[in-house]
Amino acid sequence: MRTVQTSDYRMPLLYAAMALALIMVGFFQSWTVALAIFNLCMISAIMALGVNIQWGYAGLFNVGIMGFAALGGVAAVLVSMPPVPEAWAVGWQGLALAALMLLLTIAAAIMLRRSYKGRGRNLLTAVIIIAGYFAIRYFADPATDAIEAVNPTSEGYLGGLGMPIILSWMVGGLFAAGAAYLIGRVALGLRSDYLAIATLGISEIILSILKNENWLTRGVKNVTGIPRPLPNELALQRSEWFADLAVRFDVPVTVMSSIAVRGGFAIIFIIVLVLIMILCERALNSPWGRMMRAIRDNRDSAAAMGKDITGRHLQVFVLGSAVVGIAGAMLVTLDGQFTPTTYIPLRYTFLIWVMVIVGGSGNNFGAVLGGFVIWFVWVQAEPAGLWLMQMITTTFEFGPAMRAHLVDSAAHLRMLLMGAILLTVMRFSPRGLIPEKTAAKPLR
Amino acid sequence: MSFLIGEGMTGGYGGADILHDCTISVEKGEVAVIVGPNGAGKSTAMKAIFGMLQMREGVVRLGERDITGMTPQERVRAGMGFVPQTGNVFRTLTVQENLEMGAFIRDDDFSETMEQVFSLFPVLAEKRRQPAGELSGGQRQQVAVGRALMTKPDVLMLDEPTAGVSPIVMDDLFDKIIDVANTGIAILMVEQNARQALAIADKGYVLVQGRNRFTDTGEALLANPEVRRSFLGG
Amino acid sequence: MEDILNALVVLANFVIIPSLAYGAQLALGALGVTLIYAVLRFANFAHGDLMAFGTMTVILLTWFFQAQGIGLGPLPTALLALPFGIIAAVLLAMGTDRVVYRFYRKKRSAPVTFVIASVGVMFIYNALTRIFIGTSDIRFEDGERFIIRAGEFREWTGLAEGLALRSSQVHTLVIAVVVVIALFWFLQKTRTGKAMRAYSDNEDLALLSGINPGRVVLITWVIAAALATIAGTLYGLDKSFRPFNYFMLLLPIFASAVVGGIGQPFGAIAGGFIVAFSEVSVTYAYRRFLSHIMPEEWMPDGLVQLLSTDYKFAVSFIILVLVLLVRPNGIFKGRVI
Repeated sequence: MRTVQTSDYRMPLLYAAMALALIMVGFFQSWTVALAIFNLCMISAIMALGVNIQWGYAGLFNVGIMGFAALGGVAAVLVSMPPVPEAWAVGWQGLALAALMLLLTIAAAIMLRRSYKGRGRNLLTAVIIIAGYFAIRYFADPATDAIEAVNPTSEGYLGGLGMPIILSWMVGGLFAAGAAYLIGRVALGLRSDYLAIATLGISEIILSILKNENWLTRGVKNVTGIPRPLPNELALQRSEWFADLAVRFDVPVTVMSSIAVRGGFAIIFIIVLVLIMILCERALNSPWGRMMRAIRDNRDSAAAMGKDITGRHLQVFVLGSAVVGIAGAMLVTLDGQFTPTTYIPLRYTFLIWVMVIVGGSGNNFGAVLGGFVIWFVWVQAEPAGLWLMQMITTTFEFGPAMRAHLVDSAAHLRMLLMGAILLTVMRFSPRGLIPEKTAAKPLR
Repeated sequence: MSFLIGEGMTGGYGGADILHDCTISVEKGEVAVIVGPNGAGKSTAMKAIFGMLQMREGVVRLGERDITGMTPQERVRAGMGFVPQTGNVFRTLTVQENLEMGAFIRDDDFSETMEQVFSLFPVLAEKRRQPAGELSGGQRQQVAVGRALMTKPDVLMLDEPTAGVSPIVMDDLFDKIIDVANTGIAILMVEQNARQALAIADKGYVLVQGRNRFTDTGEALLANPEVRRSFLGG
Repeated sequence: MEDILNALVVLANFVIIPSLAYGAQLALGALGVTLIYAVLRFANFAHGDLMAFGTMTVILLTWFFQAQGIGLGPLPTALLALPFGIIAAVLLAMGTDRVVYRFYRKKRSAPVTFVIASVGVMFIYNALTRIFIGTSDIRFEDGERFIIRAGEFREWTGLAEGLALRSSQVHTLVIAVVVVIALFWFLQKTRTGKAMRAYSDNEDLALLSGINPGRVVLITWVIAAALATIAGTLYGLDKSFRPFNYFMLLLPIFASAVVGGIGQPFGAIAGGFIVAFSEVSVTYAYRRFLSHIMPEEWMPDGLVQLLSTDYKFAVSFIILVLVLLVRPNGIFKGRVI
């Protein structure tokens, strides 16, 4: 195995530069901003890590990251929010019957396909599924209507389990893994581009469910006030010891509290990232990881050696998606709210891809760095673009309408920047900032 | 001075050399056949002559011209036709469209050439509106040869034209190839079915490990006991 | 009898005519995707944003023409601007190919590299469109809006239900038919069209036959960009223009191309209509339709809607999955991707 000489000093240098950039933000903007960026960098890094498991280890092109992240987010709601007893009271019977119908439909369809192999098999299956669908709707519709009618301005859904939110990170991972298993069973047997189209579609389906099934997620009405694993800022500000601490550091207590909370999140996130990173690195350097890369680099010869390629791909697809799900749950925890409309593919799918490609596909440290760098650029590009447009509009003579238009369009400059970064890195440094250690094939 | 000659060809696909000072030539109206065991570099020699392989040493001349530096596309324009072993027809295009694509580089009226191809391969005239992918193996080879003839080449190179077809179809194809040679075209082909191919060959080359081992008329090679024992199975 | 006629009018008005128009729009988009797949061998993720870019140019020019008082009378001004929009989109696509894709083509990169590059291109197109025209919803249809108005229809026929036929729907169908016929004539009858098919079928043999790959690729982009702009403009006239919606159209367009058999132009058209009809008919509320043919006491409660309209993108994808499970190459046996 050939090692890349340059990466020996390159990696610490790049990480140091990234740290320096964040510290500069601390000095020149503010420490709360720096910590806020850092926390989202961490989440981006974990998502990028999940995608890198799929792409870097196995060459799977998943463009459904948004869907898995959203599934993680919904886990945060369903685990941590307090249950709504009235909603359960009015809806549980209907939902239970609907669930029963669902099980019956699946059982009937499977039974039919096992016992009857003759003509019209697909048609009969379709008939069973359609009949089952109406049966489910028959019981579910009144129940969901009733649930959604319970105190609709603040509740109108079943609520969660009222359990600690940290637990939801694992549940989020499981949700995403489960979805990935189902998708993988259908899509992984077929080749390359199809997985991309399939995952893009699935993530949109997941999102449309989360947006429309109000009884489960409140849909577009959002879920706010999700519990945190840390005390909130107000509580800190009121406590005496904290106020003393703020005086000692000579910062306003409000600033101190938000630094404390964000710093707390940062510490938890670092722990999670380190744990996932250790597992990823061990997996990558295990016989399993070597086999994955062998399959990625030469699918045909690996198949000839009797490796179960689809099976391996399914494993890696499920694992990577689970990591994305964990990050999705962490994101909702950090935000304290679940807002399905904020999930758009550019931000939650394609931006993550830019991170992975820029960071260095196949290298976990690269993916993490990519997450940091790209999120940092993404966040800082907006004020920079605004500043640029203001410079332009003050330097040149524009009518007020044109000026307003240009200033408005500043927000889109960062899209341009992201596209340019992605294409430039692909073209001139296809192995990314921190290339994969082994002599594998980069993006060709 | 031969019409087409690859002289002293040495080279390979980047790694170790496959051809070692190998020389192949063919005259107009003549059938030359390259035979030899698996891995002898038969197809490689063919590709070297057609410019699909970078040679380290050696020259290829067509007529009086040195064409060593030409790309395959340029060689087609210079009068060479090539029928690859696999993927040699456009499967989704009709027979007639395949022939039209063969004539793609021609700006003049090629309907006469097409009629000649159809008279050479009457079955293609019948099936001219059928997609080539729907034809039988032997018919597909005829399409492939017909496509290559559309540029009115001086030399036609065939890479294992009878691979995977039945013995009856093979005989039929060889007959057609002789017909083509009789129109004054030089034919150079690589063949696995060495015995049958040498039977129709004016000239035969036996290659072993990228080197010329025997070169003689087809008849003489068939009569040579050493060739018979080592390469024709007794 | 009259009940059945009324029911049919409802169905035509809310399902059949809208699906036909939408299907034609999808088919034009899917034709572009499928041609790019056939020749360049990758699924172009920037296609929706290429549609948006072309349509944006059409809208900007429409506004310009309107300000100059130039119009087409009863026809929408956008049709006058369409050729210019096509030129802009074609130039953009050709420039993109020159700057981005050609490099990977020369290196003979893996298809997935092209797909990722198309993601980068998507970001850039996306930004360009939004910088020029913003993100809001824009209606740019002018001229005569209706060919048949619902009220007039009721007067003529004496039926209780009205049938409205919007100009945009008729324009879509007429233009789509003309464009598709022209495209198929080009692909089947012209030397260049045949060369394109030959290149798509067998690249190596095409090169051997002296077909110039650069030219084939260029023409593919010209056609794909033109189709994208036409599809986008027709969709915008029929509904409205919003960059994000055009990005989202990628999904039904991909579904149409794959369902029909990717790389197969006929498949793209069939796929477009299959996806459109399923999307509309699954999300349509049949209550009004049923009210004409069902006795009142049998009428179910609710809208009698299979799926809420919000699930329309899900529908196209479910069809995609079903087709791939039952017939993985699509209806017209496209390439296995």
